[in-house]
Amino acid sequence: MVDLNPFSLWRRLLALPNESRTKTILMAFLVSGICALMVSGATVYLRPIQAANRAAEQQARLSALVAGIPGMSALLAQSGGSLGTIVVDLARGSAAADVTPETLAAALEETANWTGLAPSDDLAGIRSRPNYAQIYLLRDEAGDISLAILPISGSGYNGPIDAILALQGDMTTIAGLAITGQTETPGLGARIEEPAWLSQFPGTRLADASGNIRFAVARGASGNEYEVDGITGATRTSNAITLMVRFWLGSKGYGPLIAAIRRGEF
Amino acid sequence: MPARPALWSVLTDPLVRQNPVTLQILGICSALAVTTSLATALTMSAALTAVVVMGAGMISLIRNHIPNSIRLIIQIVIIASLVIVIDQLLQAFLPEISRKLSVFVSLITTNCLVLGRSESFARLNPPIPAMIDGLGNGLGYSLVLIVIGAVRELFGEGALLGYQVLPLVDQGGWFTPLNLMLMAPSAFFLLGGLVWALRSVLPEQVEPPEHSAPAIAEDRA
Repeated sequence: MVDLNPFSLWRRLLALPNESRTKTILMAFLVSGICALMVSGATVYLRPIQAANRAAEQQARLSALVAGIPGMSALLAQSGGSLGTIVVDLARGSAAADVTPETLAAALEETANWTGLAPSDDLAGIRSRPNYAQIYLLRDEAGDISLAILPISGSGYNGPIDAILALQGDMTTIAGLAITGQTETPGLGARIEEPAWLSQFPGTRLADASGNIRFAVARGASGNEYEVDGITGATRTSNAITLMVRFWLGSKGYGPLIAAIRRGEF
Repeated sequence: MPARPALWSVLTDPLVRQNPVTLQILGICSALAVTTSLATALTMSAALTAVVVMGAGMISLIRNHIPNSIRLIIQIVIIASLVIVIDQLLQAFLPEISRKLSVFVSLITTNCLVLGRSESFARLNPPIPAMIDGLGNGLGYSLVLIVIGAVRELFGEGALLGYQVLPLVDQGGWFTPLNLMLMAPSAFFLLGGLVWALRSVLPEQVEPPEHSAPAIAEDRA
């Protein structure tokens, strides 16, 4: 007769010799189950706090980025000290009709609001791209756009790289780059976060007169106005930055938006 | 090791006499990497001590039921889960320091000190002595990290815990920061110096030479 009382089953399990196969397997499952509970409990419980931290950090980096661009503090003071925030529909290159900065996070939880990328298009290695992105535009007194701040992302050597790219009003000159998230190798790829490296970006040009995107992180020292110096020992991270910028400025990224800004639709 | 070691010596032995870092040279990888400032050294010490103590407690609780064939993987799974929990806590409540520590918190999992204590002590002793042993070893590790972190921050930046102690030249003071102190080799030098100083004071820590010259000449016929 089979005894199904859980307590006596438990006692029988504990009484089994440690080397028995049943006990080995059951112990393995029990320990991994308890550990899994512990880890997922901590992750789920702490995620909102971590997300708030990341948002605050992103905001701080955005302010630092804007403050670091020459002449920006003066511009900010003129335009009331704040940037205009809009959510854009990337494919159409226009302001999104029914998504606001407040509802963006909720909208991006729907898979319908993401577009899968074919491997040939997926320069940045991100597989799918959100249909909406929150960007910031700064206008001068005449109401013309003097600065566009665009979040970009791509995959680096160890994991995703998130950054914010600032473009000057002509939409072909970089005003600054700030890295907001990366897990590259400390001392090598992680040097993309260093102010000394990021300070090369302001003034670097993205595309030539005929509109071809020529920006690149050089191997070694930069050779022309479209390049910045590469990081020795971090070729894959350097390439990731090149591809990420090229992808996001191309037709699958902010290309339609930039064309619309050039046409004066914003 | 006596059958029931006195709890007090279990706690105090690893501080200096049996220090895991300076005597057993365990866990020096992270000791070198996170000691550029006192704040990171303190956080890392607290994280490692918490993992060692809780890991020792949990492993000791189930010590009579760990099948020998999978005992290492069970210990690693428990330690790794604790490390993930601690890492998540740091990311939530100390985001700045967590970013500076980057991967080194996750690497506590592979810190030989943690597995060493659970394999050699917690697995064989009841929970209370096991946790006290973990605490002692965690504190011994912390002591070394704090000493090296304090020296590196003091001479590398003229500060302690971010407060300027020595006035810097570029702020009108007299102290020129030693940039070497902020680089990894300085931690090697400091740790080496610390080990040398300790072994001069406590000569019983000096290991016997592993190889001695052969007594007779080799026969080369």
